[in-house]
Amino acid sequence: MPIFAPVGHMFLTFLALVGRVTVFAGRTIGHMVTPPIYFRLIFKQMREIGYFSLPVVAMTTLFAGMVLALQSYSGFSRFSAESAVATVVVISMTRELGPVLAGLMVAGRVGAAIAAEIGTMRVTEQIDALVTLSTNPFKYLVVPRVIAGLITLPVLVLIGDIIGVMGGYLVGVNKLGFNDGSYIRNTFQYLEQLDVVSGLVKAAVFGFIITLMGCYHGYHSRGGAQGVGQATTNAVVSSSILILISNYIVTELFFTR
Amino acid sequence: MSNTAKISLRNVHKGFGPKKVLQGVDLDVAKGESVAIIGGSGTGKSVTLKCVLGLLTPDQGSIKVDGVEMTTASQAERDAMLAKTGMLFQGAALFDSLTVWENVAFGLIEGQGMKPAKARDLAIARLEDVGLAADIANMSPASLSGGMQKRVGLARAIATEPEILFFDEPTTGIDPIMGDVINDLIVKCTRELGASAMTITHDMASARKIADRVAMLYQGKIIWDGPVADIDTSDNPYLQQFVAGDIEGPLELDLKHL
Repeated sequence: MPIFAPVGHMFLTFLALVGRVTVFAGRTIGHMVTPPIYFRLIFKQMREIGYFSLPVVAMTTLFAGMVLALQSYSGFSRFSAESAVATVVVISMTRELGPVLAGLMVAGRVGAAIAAEIGTMRVTEQIDALVTLSTNPFKYLVVPRVIAGLITLPVLVLIGDIIGVMGGYLVGVNKLGFNDGSYIRNTFQYLEQLDVVSGLVKAAVFGFIITLMGCYHGYHSRGGAQGVGQATTNAVVSSSILILISNYIVTELFFTR
Repeated sequence: MSNTAKISLRNVHKGFGPKKVLQGVDLDVAKGESVAIIGGSGTGKSVTLKCVLGLLTPDQGSIKVDGVEMTTASQAERDAMLAKTGMLFQGAALFDSLTVWENVAFGLIEGQGMKPAKARDLAIARLEDVGLAADIANMSPASLSGGMQKRVGLARAIATEPEILFFDEPTTGIDPIMGDVINDLIVKCTRELGASAMTITHDMASARKIADRVAMLYQGKIIWDGPVADIDTSDNPYLQQFVAGDIEGPLELDLKHL
């Protein structure tokens, strides 16, 4: 049966990839908890991954919050539930849109950059050079990026949540005619701590995924410029898919009892 | 020459899938000796070097550095071996996120934990050793010419005063005059350090200048090994063909697969 052979081959290739990524993640975590830890590099990566992603995340969440207010108003007005707009905006932002949109944007910006940088270091033998200079490439390249992703993504998402809610407020008050005091009151009335916390946990998971996939694909890239390009694409695609899958899993862990 | 070789390879095999690259390499490098491994493209010169450094693990055979078996070495033994080696890469492999002096001082700061201010002075002294002015110390490696990058790479390799130096195609990709400058610097640096050196090259002019001894790699084995003075008088037909650069001869050139 010529149909089954390629399907089986693809499945085996996929399993091998999952295995390699798991081993890579295990090695990374192992090196995260053993000295030496390069704090200087962690701070540098936090600036690269976190600080420089702020404009992108701010823009994305601002317009997401604005359009959310607009859409939910036009939808809810069909059954006279306009007053729920503020609540819908804040819960959607903190639980879902903040972390997922920020995660996807950072995956495109940072995941690609990490894969390209480490991939170029691989094909130009800079990673081998690190080894010959008595420096572990995992500790020097991978761990600082993963730790920076773990720390900065929740911070980015928290800022994004606030900006998104502000976007909803701007549209609600200026365009949809809500009273500003009651909009703010409605925003906080039904908001629970878990809504925000679950979003931040998601953000940390996404930060780990984005940086890990960037490092994995860069570290294993081969074949010159084309290989680095391929690694960049793979890093963005795989981290985006893993973000969406893990988003479902984390949601289920938090909100189904 | 002491009895225990600095580097000793015995029956080293390494394959990638169905392709057998190394098929039983035997080679010794004595203390203070400089050995050049010559051979055509794709004969496994780089693979041999990477096996010694531990960047690749041989399928079978033994590699000893200072009498310590490296194929089964612990991480600590491997770190100890790497601490006393330096390597010049083919493309220099300078870290482009760091400045020139940070590259040269890398092994001192990260490997030995030296204070950056002190390491910087040492790095500039090393740059002067390879004929580069101190004013390039703060430049980015990407803004240097190929010949300058190679010399910065050499300065980085010798910065930690290693006992063993590896050179991967030191003269490839630069003009013949700069190649000769690099050769002279390699000879000078290895001699000053009293280091053992292992060079892989296909540049016979470079091999003649750098090496005390030449080993020729062909079809995964060392087929000729002798003092550099003997390469012209040897009656080994393979070596003669390679040294002369003839197309005709016993070397099977599988041009379609090289």
